[in-house]
Amino acid sequence: MMNGSALGEFHFPDDRYEIRLSGSGGQGLVLAAMLLAEAVGADPAKRVIQTKSYGPEARGGASKSDVVISTSDIYYPKAYKLDLLLAMTQESLDKYYRDLKEHGTLIVDDTLVSQVPCEEYYALSFTQFAQEQLHNVMVANVIALGSIAAITSVVSLKALMKVVLARAPRGTEEINRAALEMGFHEGMLLRQESEGFCIAA
Amino acid sequence: MPQADRQLMMGNTACMHGAIYAGVRFYAGYPITPSTEVAEGCARELPRIGGRFIQMEDEIASIGAVIGASVAGLKAMTATSGPGYSLMIENIGYAYMIEAPCVIVNVQRGGPSTGLPTKVSQADTMQARWGPHGDYTAIAVAPSSVAEAFTETVRAVNLSERFRTPVTILLDEVIGHMQEMVSLPEAGEYPVVDRAKPTCDPADYAPYGPTENCVNPMPAYGEGYRWYATGLTHDPRGFPTERPDEIVATLERLRHKIEDHRPEIDKVRADRMEDAEIALVSYGSVSRTALQAMMLARGAGLRVGCVQLQTVWPFPLEPLRTLLQNTRKVIVAELNMGQIVEQVERIVPDGGRVHSLLRYDGELITPHQLIDKINEVST
Amino acid sequence: MTPAVKSSAAVQQSDVVLRYLRPHKKFPNLWCPGCGNGIVMSSLVRAIDKLGLAKDNVVLVSGIGCSSRMPVYLDFQALHTTHGRALAFATGVKFARPDLKVVVITGDGDCLSIGGNHLIHACRRNIDITTILINNYIYGMTGGQISPTTPSGSVSTTTPYGNMEKQFEACELAKGAGATFIARTTVYHTSQMDRMITEAIQHRGFSFVEVLSNCHTYYGRLNRLGQATALLRMFQEKAARGKAKSIIDEESKDMIVTGVLHRDDEKTELCDEYQKLLDSLSKGKA
Repeated sequence: MMNGSALGEFHFPDDRYEIRLSGSGGQGLVLAAMLLAEAVGADPAKRVIQTKSYGPEARGGASKSDVVISTSDIYYPKAYKLDLLLAMTQESLDKYYRDLKEHGTLIVDDTLVSQVPCEEYYALSFTQFAQEQLHNVMVANVIALGSIAAITSVVSLKALMKVVLARAPRGTEEINRAALEMGFHEGMLLRQESEGFCIAA
Repeated sequence: MPQADRQLMMGNTACMHGAIYAGVRFYAGYPITPSTEVAEGCARELPRIGGRFIQMEDEIASIGAVIGASVAGLKAMTATSGPGYSLMIENIGYAYMIEAPCVIVNVQRGGPSTGLPTKVSQADTMQARWGPHGDYTAIAVAPSSVAEAFTETVRAVNLSERFRTPVTILLDEVIGHMQEMVSLPEAGEYPVVDRAKPTCDPADYAPYGPTENCVNPMPAYGEGYRWYATGLTHDPRGFPTERPDEIVATLERLRHKIEDHRPEIDKVRADRMEDAEIALVSYGSVSRTALQAMMLARGAGLRVGCVQLQTVWPFPLEPLRTLLQNTRKVIVAELNMGQIVEQVERIVPDGGRVHSLLRYDGELITPHQLIDKINEVST
Repeated sequence: MTPAVKSSAAVQQSDVVLRYLRPHKKFPNLWCPGCGNGIVMSSLVRAIDKLGLAKDNVVLVSGIGCSSRMPVYLDFQALHTTHGRALAFATGVKFARPDLKVVVITGDGDCLSIGGNHLIHACRRNIDITTILINNYIYGMTGGQISPTTPSGSVSTTTPYGNMEKQFEACELAKGAGATFIARTTVYHTSQMDRMITEAIQHRGFSFVEVLSNCHTYYGRLNRLGQATALLRMFQEKAARGKAKSIIDEESKDMIVTGVLHRDDEKTELCDEYQKLLDSLSKGKA
């Protein structure tokens, strides 16, 4: 017989790691999530599922793509409580911040995000780096990926590089390599200098 | 599974690869979210293997071209979503009537009408059963993972060829757009069924005759049989008839060819049902939520099991009856206002035992919702 | 009335048709006595016979309506489809099996009203299908309602006070949409029809033959135009033979311009183009 008592507070398996890459349509976040999922999935010990939600338009509007990682089978494919949130716009941060776990990792693009509702987060200027240093705003997403490899341990730079170079349109390999390395470098600096957290200025 | 072959793949893309694996060499379609990746994949891959892809002017034309290609001799498929499926329905009825094997993928989104183009739903479940007017028996299958989007498409093509009938694949937006790491199977790993061809003298060929298993062989065009196909109710030769005995024979054969072969068509997946006191019945993306909820509930000591309908139509009555006979409670979870639960109630007539969890806001049912429901019914 | 002596030519002609009738299908056909559909059917058979096409390689596709019943009587592959959709099905047959000769039999309601979209896109694709539009100015099967070709002012069961709509000019529509062989004839002009259909089938690309036909049962009766013979006489009197300068010609407003109205042998055909793609991809692989 059933014990009759209600199931109390419960948790997904401990090894489940949920990531959301969010921003506006056209910033290449769905593609970035695919690259991340592919890089993680290259490790046969890892399960990974990538999902997306988007408006019907190809540009503008809030866009997000989730990547769920685990060492055991993943059933429910959507993110529930985020371990990591990347917000590339203020709108996406406002919309998805509440889905972030307590002490979850928040990375924002401070080119486009001005108000962060917490004290502990990482801020990098992905869009500004892309524009000013690499002269191509399109690679902001790849810079962000590099920073994720540095700030978290869910994926290695090596695995990401392999996937990014394989998927890069011909002729764009070098700028993508530079973008990924730049993101990784900036992410490492941030991680070291703040011992894990950037204190809001 | 050779690791080198593992690749990140979308459900819609796996569906396309499954179709090609099963021998589909013709695709006609019209773009519609969230199914378009099936068409894009076919446009890219089919000509590489000598197959044919054409984008038609609308969904009515798409299914028409698919049926034309099928009777001409190719395995043929189209993919769409609710609004497009609605447009195809008259010609799908025609395919039931002339017994043209073909596969229609419906990547379900919210409805009615334009509804929710980018959001998930399972509200076309009944449409897949009763879409076209008139009496016929429909087959529909439903994958719940990227790997199953491949294997269930192979099975759908096989069933369509085996039974000379349209088969609907009920994908949904979550499964269609979800990406997982998969490796595609080698040729020969799964059986591939081709329609039976006649060997008799063309003068004796009756495309709609009474046969032992109710399915008649079907020649390709140009093979000497010169048969006539019409959507009008027809006699064994295929010619229009208004004779009551011939009308009844034709309609009953359409029914019996499916109903009498349910064991070949039924398919459910049961997890932890051996000792289950609460059964979660679902299909498609919701089955993933159900498995997650089952794992969580089992972790808390509750005897919860899952039944996933891989065949949705004809409704797998016998396998379900067997699986559910010893359960205390049944929870049917679906992304609509209650289409499958009524079928389950037919099997489990004790009204108090069957509970329903419905969601129709464009989002997938969460494990927490199911856990809450389990709590509700078990106390 | 049976003529005492048949001319030998007439005997030969009917013999040809007999060789192409389905062995299992019992006559009589369902068309009204005097209907033009039978005349078109005979002409189609003579064209196919003249071209020496194997029966197995000819596919007749039709929609819904009186004319669309034609394939049931003829010994070819036949697909009698849903209303208006014959060209969609035919596109599937032809694109799947370019080795087959595909002929669509359709009527003015089937082709121009419910099937209008499929017509313009089949024309646009220039896929190698021959479409024979039997235009009798009315819906016959359902009992005499207006079609897109019913002349303004005509009475039908759904325009009891006269038709206030304008008409489609089918050949002009097909030309605008990109068809590469367009001809018009009438059921009175059978030898011209034989030639038009023969040339249309020979043409590589989308060919469109409009055959004006008589529905004395509904169109003729409701508009007091007389029986079949009276309508045939009208076709005889109004026909302006030969290639006209344009399809719609002010001077011949009240005339029926017949003959080959448009022809383009340069435009590429869809199945040929797709074959080039298949060849280039298989070469790339080898």
